[in-house]
Amino acid sequence: MQPIYIVIGLIVLLGLYLMGTYNRLVVLLNRIKEAWSGIEVQLKRRTDLIPNLVSTVKGYAKHEKSVFENVTKARSAVMSAQGVKETQEAENMLSGALKSLFAVAESYPDLKANTNFQDLQKELADTEDKIAYSRQFYNSNVLSFNNTAKLFPNNLFVPLFGFKEQEFFDVDEKETQPVKVDF
Amino acid sequence: MKNVYSEVSANKLKTYFIVTLFFIFVSFVLYVLGKSLGYSGPSLFLFAFLLSFLSSFLSYFFSDKLVLMIHHAVPADRKIHFDLFTVTENLSLAAGIPKPKVYVIEDSSPNAFATGRDYNHAVVVATTGLLAIMDRRELEGVVAHELSHIKNYDMLLMTVVSVMVGLVVYATDFFTRSLWFGSRDDRESRNSNGVFFILSIVLSLLAPIMATLLQLAISRRREYLADASAAYLTRYPEGLARALEKLANYPQTLRTASNATAHLFIASPLKADLQGKSGWLNNLFSTHPPLKERIDRLRQM
Repeated sequence: MQPIYIVIGLIVLLGLYLMGTYNRLVVLLNRIKEAWSGIEVQLKRRTDLIPNLVSTVKGYAKHEKSVFENVTKARSAVMSAQGVKETQEAENMLSGALKSLFAVAESYPDLKANTNFQDLQKELADTEDKIAYSRQFYNSNVLSFNNTAKLFPNNLFVPLFGFKEQEFFDVDEKETQPVKVDF
Repeated sequence: MKNVYSEVSANKLKTYFIVTLFFIFVSFVLYVLGKSLGYSGPSLFLFAFLLSFLSSFLSYFFSDKLVLMIHHAVPADRKIHFDLFTVTENLSLAAGIPKPKVYVIEDSSPNAFATGRDYNHAVVVATTGLLAIMDRRELEGVVAHELSHIKNYDMLLMTVVSVMVGLVVYATDFFTRSLWFGSRDDRESRNSNGVFFILSIVLSLLAPIMATLLQLAISRRREYLADASAAYLTRYPEGLARALEKLANYPQTLRTASNATAHLFIASPLKADLQGKSGWLNNLFSTHPPLKERIDRLRQM
């Protein structure tokens, strides 16, 4: 009689543990998805600002064609990107292109004095901050998912549920370096 | 080795410790007073609890509106107060909470505070003086500190603590009154508990002060915690450290500040605290830790 109850009790406990772990991981995964859509909102914000910026700069610096082309190309790459990795690459490309656009703007004093340009620059800098903070929130959610999935004894069962390790949204090394401007 | 994570968890642990100490202290006071009061103890304590609960929770529910009114705060404008507005927006993204309402106080002395009982009623307020002297990174540090208060539910914690302080104050007050107006039955039961009676008299003098000191200790602990959380949120402790340095060196204090609202601000708005008269006695009675100590801790993270 007695041993059967103990075995049944253990099976029930194991079942509860598995259920709890599964549900917790689903919650964490949904949070990651929500954080990701937060990043997308901010990326969209930035791509919306760019046409305005390009046309303002064009008014003063018509012959810097290659710079405008790079920005436009990077912008459409961001808009069509799918998934974490692709978005990350396109996003880094766009940041680089925008940096060279602003570097070009440095040599046009009239442009720098334009209030419209100043406003756009301010908005864009703020959007960069927003992207950075949404990325930070996304990454902290990824961290808590990966931690939960990899800690013992969860790591024994999590592969059975079919959960995969989530990717961090990394910043390109180059992006954190200041740009060099050649004259 | 100190880092942001260990600083956050250490401060949380110390808060739990002090709050537990507080509960034990309150139970002890009530037990002793109850023993020497005899039968009328429990009903008096219930009355004291209700009184304290009511006053604290009224302020818990209406503090956001009340404080804004006292300080004549007006809603911030995205165009005029661009940095304050967007920085609050951005840090809410990082913290994963809805953006709180942002208000501005027209006052040339720099300070800021947050209030509101939960995420949805949260308010961040800054003076125009603060906006004038801080750059964007420093403002980020200040706002992150305020958002951390909201995220750590400090309003709720301090409300619970103030209910307990109120309970001790009212209970000891009722006790001393009952010495004058007690009935004969009460007096007789008192005589049979001589030791408890003497202990109660001592406690009725000391307990309110001790409760207040514990409350202030918790308040200071939460300031350190908010500093550490702010460092975690911005990943840039130096911003807040620089902002606090500027506050420490600023000669003028807030016009509308009083003891009643001092605990809300980023740095104590009262003159004696700001001038760094950090004798141990002054520290003991302050809502905020000394600015120098806070800056040192931020620089070590």
